[in-house]
Amino acid sequence: MAIVAQNSKYGKAGRTILAWGVGLLFFFPIFWLVLTSFKTDADAVKPEFLFFFTPTLENYLNMTENYDYWRFATNSVITSVFATLFTLAVGIPCAYAMAFNPSRGTKDILMWMLSTKMLPAAAVLYPMTFLTKSMGLFDTHFLVIMVLSLINLPIVVWMLFTYFKEIPKEIIEAGQMDGVNTLGEIREILIPLAWGGIASTALLCFIFCWNEAYWTVRLTTTEAATLSKLIEGNRAPEGLFFGRLSAVSAAAVGPIVVLGWFCQKQLVQGLTFGAVK
Amino acid sequence: MGRIVLENVTKSFGETQVIPPLNLEIDDGEFAVFVGPSGCGKSTLLRLIAGLEDTTSGRILIDDADVTEVSPSKRGLSMVFQTYALYPHMTVRKNIAFPMRMAGLSEEEQEKRIMTAAESLNLVDYLDRKPGQLSGGQRQRVAIGRAIVRDPSAFLFDEPLSNLDAALRVGMRLEITEMHERMQTTMIYVTHDQVEAMTMANKIVVLRAGVIEQVGSPLELYRAPQNLFVAGFIGSPKMNLIDGPQAQKHGATTIGVRPEHIDVVESGGAWTGTVGVAEHLGSDTFFYVHGTGLAETLTVRAIGDVSLKHGDPIQLAPRATEIHRFDADGLRLP
Ligand SMILES: Nc1ncnc2c1ncn2[C@@H]1O[C@H](COP(=O)(O)OP(=O)(O)O)[C@@H](O)[C@H]1O
Ligand SMILES: [Mg+2]
Repeated sequence: MAIVAQNSKYGKAGRTILAWGVGLLFFFPIFWLVLTSFKTDADAVKPEFLFFFTPTLENYLNMTENYDYWRFATNSVITSVFATLFTLAVGIPCAYAMAFNPSRGTKDILMWMLSTKMLPAAAVLYPMTFLTKSMGLFDTHFLVIMVLSLINLPIVVWMLFTYFKEIPKEIIEAGQMDGVNTLGEIREILIPLAWGGIASTALLCFIFCWNEAYWTVRLTTTEAATLSKLIEGNRAPEGLFFGRLSAVSAAAVGPIVVLGWFCQKQLVQGLTFGAVK
Repeated sequence: MGRIVLENVTKSFGETQVIPPLNLEIDDGEFAVFVGPSGCGKSTLLRLIAGLEDTTSGRILIDDADVTEVSPSKRGLSMVFQTYALYPHMTVRKNIAFPMRMAGLSEEEQEKRIMTAAESLNLVDYLDRKPGQLSGGQRQRVAIGRAIVRDPSAFLFDEPLSNLDAALRVGMRLEITEMHERMQTTMIYVTHDQVEAMTMANKIVVLRAGVIEQVGSPLELYRAPQNLFVAGFIGSPKMNLIDGPQAQKHGATTIGVRPEHIDVVESGGAWTGTVGVAEHLGSDTFFYVHGTGLAETLTVRAIGDVSLKHGDPIQLAPRATEIHRFDADGLRLP
């Protein structure tokens, strides 16, 4: 760090260039995606039209007219929002108990929760499909919300637990001495104090829900199908409809890119578990 | 009302028993101080009374009601923490109002009590600040304000002054003592500082390794320490403890003499030695005397300014009536 500080002028410029370079590298696929979405399917595969082509809105119009984009988008919003709310409603009390009333098994339970993420999803695909079908839950919003909640719960509890751990135990105990019950404690003291952490956890959970594809594609057909399913539906094995596919993809990632842009600070904090202050 | 009784209370953390079976009564209106070296279980005992820790066995009674299984929020006690534990997201006013809001008091009543507390604690100008904008002493006052407004049956203090600097500590010590005189509410105060214990308590509970070594008023403990531990712990500077032939002459294994009970004499002193360090405070002089053949260092307190210095020979006369005698188990002999 000392060396960087001494050469701060060059160091800073170097780091800025590097950051932009990495940023552009990561951004390029999205840029290309958006660019392609304005090309016709025929133009999309021709190298001579890489940058210079006649832009068209055909793909987007096509999407809203023929594929019912808005229904998929509404489903995505509904399932992601409710799954996030449900995950927090379960995760906050859970992390609260683990952070402030730990027992000997708490650390093990946390590890066990995380270990569920190590199970390959494919291993339970058939049981899940049969079960949900026989229970009549297949292709329902309820199912999608539950599945999204459950797959995100471990990471949400972990994140919240880490944030709650930073709150001094005495403050929680002071609340108890001041005559507040557990629910009041969570509402009056815990949530206001951990607000930043809860917000970034919620945001991340929402993004994970929105982007989830494995289960949403396989456990829905039409009724509860999300944008992931729409993209999947436009995938043609021959690779012919790149323009159309790009438009659908752009319209699916668009909202999340905008959301992420506005919540950059929260996201960075969330992903680094509060290490960056 | 605030009479607190502990019956055969024990506490273990896992395999380690921190509090072996313990019995204690604290009467209504008493100022009880738990004192002992750090790690002896003072905080644990206080937290058991508060309900922040569950007892492993035994019963806790508040005003004759068994509260052993009652949650801390329903025991009607207030606590002041060493780290203040204020709610950082609330202003001073909201911090103080919090327990009243939880108890469902009317807005007017809340405001009235906030103002009374703020006036007596010199907090009126700070009511709209957040805890982060206050000094340590002010934060501790807010914590006390938050504790008094709800009219608890007893106050619990866990080393409330140990994060303050020395000058503030003395001031706050007086304020808390005055508060007790005014309100006459039961207070239980934890400290490792025997001076705080002596100056504030009606009843001192001396703890060592979770065991009560002695319970009594400050002067009882000063005059008749029941064992060597209490003898060495209470009093400043520490009591001189002497074993060997000198103790056997008094029919004891160990004898103890407080520094203020050894007179410095011109001649004919029972003990002689050499002054190691002389501390001249004006009102008193402390001598640390070597070469007496009794103990490595004898501490002697002389009234006024006695002009002996390092290396001077000194003659000492312990007052025969002020000698404490202890047996081989360290227990006081009558
Ligand atoms: N939550 C806990 N888990 C395990 N051991 C503890 C816990 N709290 C206190 N102890 C142990 O109990 C003993 C007494 O602690 P404490 O009551 O805090 O002492 P004091 O307040 O007198 O300094 C110490 O040895 C401490 O290590
Ligand atoms: Mg302590």
